[in-house]
Amino acid sequence: MYTQPGNGSTPKGSGGPGIGTVVIPQLFNTPCLYIVFVEEKSLSEINERIREGNVCVVTAEEMPDLVDELGTDGAVREVDVVTTGTFGAMCSSGVFLNLGHSDPPIKISRAWLNRVEAYGGVAAVDLFLGATQPSEDQGDEYGGAHVIEDLVTGREVEIKAQGSITDCYPRLDLETGMRLDDFNQATMVNPRNAYQRYDAAINSSERTLHTYMGTLLPRHGNISFSGAGVLNPISNDPNLEYLGIGTRIFLCGTQGYIIGTGTQHNPQDNFSTLMVKGDLKEMSNDYLRAATFQDYGPSLYVGLGVPIPVLNERIAGNTAVRDRDISTDILDYGVPRRSRPVVKTVSYEDLYTGFVDIEGKEVKTSPLSSRYMARQVADALRDLILKGKFFLSAPVEQLSLTGKNDPMRQTREFPLVGDVMSRDVVTVHEDISISEVARIIVGGTYDHLPVVSESEKLMGIVTAWDISKAVANGKISQISEIMTRRVFVASPDEPLELAARKLDHHKISALPVVDKDNHVMGMITSDDMSRFFSRRRSG
Amino acid sequence: MKLMLHVEPGIVRQPLVSSVILETGALVNIERAKVDAVSGEIVIDVSSDKCMEVKKAFEQRGVKVVLLEVPVIRDDMECIHCGACISICPTGTFRFEDFKVIEDAGKCVQCGACIEACPQRALRLILK
Repeated sequence: MYTQPGNGSTPKGSGGPGIGTVVIPQLFNTPCLYIVFVEEKSLSEINERIREGNVCVVTAEEMPDLVDELGTDGAVREVDVVTTGTFGAMCSSGVFLNLGHSDPPIKISRAWLNRVEAYGGVAAVDLFLGATQPSEDQGDEYGGAHVIEDLVTGREVEIKAQGSITDCYPRLDLETGMRLDDFNQATMVNPRNAYQRYDAAINSSERTLHTYMGTLLPRHGNISFSGAGVLNPISNDPNLEYLGIGTRIFLCGTQGYIIGTGTQHNPQDNFSTLMVKGDLKEMSNDYLRAATFQDYGPSLYVGLGVPIPVLNERIAGNTAVRDRDISTDILDYGVPRRSRPVVKTVSYEDLYTGFVDIEGKEVKTSPLSSRYMARQVADALRDLILKGKFFLSAPVEQLSLTGKNDPMRQTREFPLVGDVMSRDVVTVHEDISISEVARIIVGGTYDHLPVVSESEKLMGIVTAWDISKAVANGKISQISEIMTRRVFVASPDEPLELAARKLDHHKISALPVVDKDNHVMGMITSDDMSRFFSRRRSG
Repeated sequence: MKLMLHVEPGIVRQPLVSSVILETGALVNIERAKVDAVSGEIVIDVSSDKCMEVKKAFEQRGVKVVLLEVPVIRDDMECIHCGACISICPTGTFRFEDFKVIEDAGKCVQCGACIEACPQRALRLILK
C-alpha cells in the first residue's frame, strides 16, 4: 500500500559543500593549510526542500550504508531526513475522551466502555481509558486497547457511567452508545512509548511463564525480545538533540507530538522514553493494534516514527547506528523479583539471527515487536515527507538527559520466608526405614520430612501421605523408593507471597527452605502462612 | 507427511497404531499423542510414499484422518509479523523472511502453543 520513494529519495549527486557549509579560510601568512569543512544545514532549509519537493529522505535502515559510502560530511550534503519507526506493544498508552454533557448533566465518578473501566476522576465528562485495563466480562481477551481499536475502526461502544450527585450535576447514572465521531475530543496521550531498547527475557525455571514478554518456555527454552533495533527513534538520536518537547512525529498513522520525557525515562542507562500525544480521530488501524498477552492481559501495539533532520555531521554519525551497535541484556524472568539476573548481554543483531548461545546451548529467539511494521512506519513517514505532507518541527525544549527509574519506596515491609518459616525441622537420611519415619511423624508436628544426603544436602521429601500409601500397598521398604525427588523449595530471602504462590501453583502444602548450597534451613507450610497472615490482620 | 488421527470412544482401546504399522510396514513417528479414557488425538509422521496407504489403513479401522498439508491457519488481516510464534514452536514451523513471518508446511503437529502466544489472536488450529 505504500508507494516506492520518488526521485527525491535517492541521494542527490551534487558535489561540493552544501548550503550552510562553514569554510574557515586559509589563515593569512600561516604555512599550513587550515581548511575545515563542517557541514551544517538548518531545519527551515529542509522544510523548504519538502515544500519544493526535492527533499532527500532515507530510512534508518538505509542510512548506515550511505554514511559508510559518503562519510558523515557527504551524508549531510546528500541526505536531509532519516525516518525511524517502531511498532511494539506499548502498555503505557491510553486516550482522553470527552463525552459532552448529558441532559440532565452528570458528574461521572466511574465509567465503563464496553465494560472496560476508564478513569472518571477527571472533571465531569472527561475519561482516561488505559490500554491495559481488562474488561469485566471478557477479562484479558478484551481490554482498553481493544476499545481504542474498536473506536478507530468506527465501531460503536457501549458506555455506562455512575455519577456523584451535586446541585449542578443531578444525574445518578447513564447509558449510551458512542462512536469515535461522537466524542468531542479523543486524544491519545501515552505516558511511556518508544523505549530506546528493552531487556530481553529468558526463563530458567521449571515451568512455562506467561509474561508481558510473551510465553517463556522453561529451562532456557526460548528468548523473547522487543525493540526495533536500528529503526528505533531514540537510538538514532541518543543525545536527544532533535527529539524534544514539540517535535512532530508519526503516531498511529497521523501527526502527533512528543510532549515530554516518558515515565521511567533513564537516558544515563540508554533507556530513554517518550511521552507522546496525537488525535485518535485521525489514526489508522494499520498502525494501532490491540493485543492480548496470554495470562498477562491486554496491551496496545503503537506505530510511532520520528523524522530526524540531518542537520550536521554529528547527527549523520548518530543515524548511522546499526543493529550490532545496540546492546541489551537478557534477563532471567524465572526469578520473580524486581532485580532479575542478567544471563547475557547481546546486540540486536545477535537477537535477530534467531539464536543466542546460552551456556553452550543454542536458544531460539523471537521478537514481540514487529520489525516489519516498524519498517512500514518508517516508509510511510518517508512517503509523507516526500509528498510534502509532513514538515519537521523544531523542539521548543530539550528532553532531559538525566532521568529516574528508581525502585519503589515501600513503607510497609513485606515479610520474607525466613521471617515466618519453622527452623526446628527434622531431616532424615534415605536409608531410614518407613516405620521409623512414621514414628517421627506421629511423634512430631510435621507431616513433611526433608530427606538429606550424607553431606546434609536436600535430596527429596517424604510426607505422611507417602507413608500411608506405602503401608496400604504393603510396600514396606526404603524411603528412597517412595520419596519425591523433584522438590519445590523456597529460600529464606524470598518474599512470603512468592512462596505462597508456589504452594498454590503446585498444589502442595509445604516447602523446605534451603540455603545456596541446598542445605535445609527450615520449612514453610501453608499453616505457617495462615497463622502469619491472620495475626497480621488482627494486629 | 503428517497425519492427524482422531480416535473415537468405541475404538480408542484398540492397538490401532501398531496394527497399521504391521499391515503397511510403514515407519511411523508419533509426534504428539493425547489419549484419555474416551478418545484420542494423535499426530504421526510417515514418508510421503507410504502416506496414503497408512491413511487408508487407519480409516478402515474407523479413525478420522486429516492430512496436515497446511500448518495452522493464519488470519493475514490480524497478523502483524511480530514473530512471537517463532521461538515457542517446538517444531520450528515459523521463521522470518525479510522480517515477514512465514510458515513451513509439513512441520506443524497441531500442538497449539502458538495459538496462545499470538498477541493478535491471528492463529487457529485446523480442526478447532
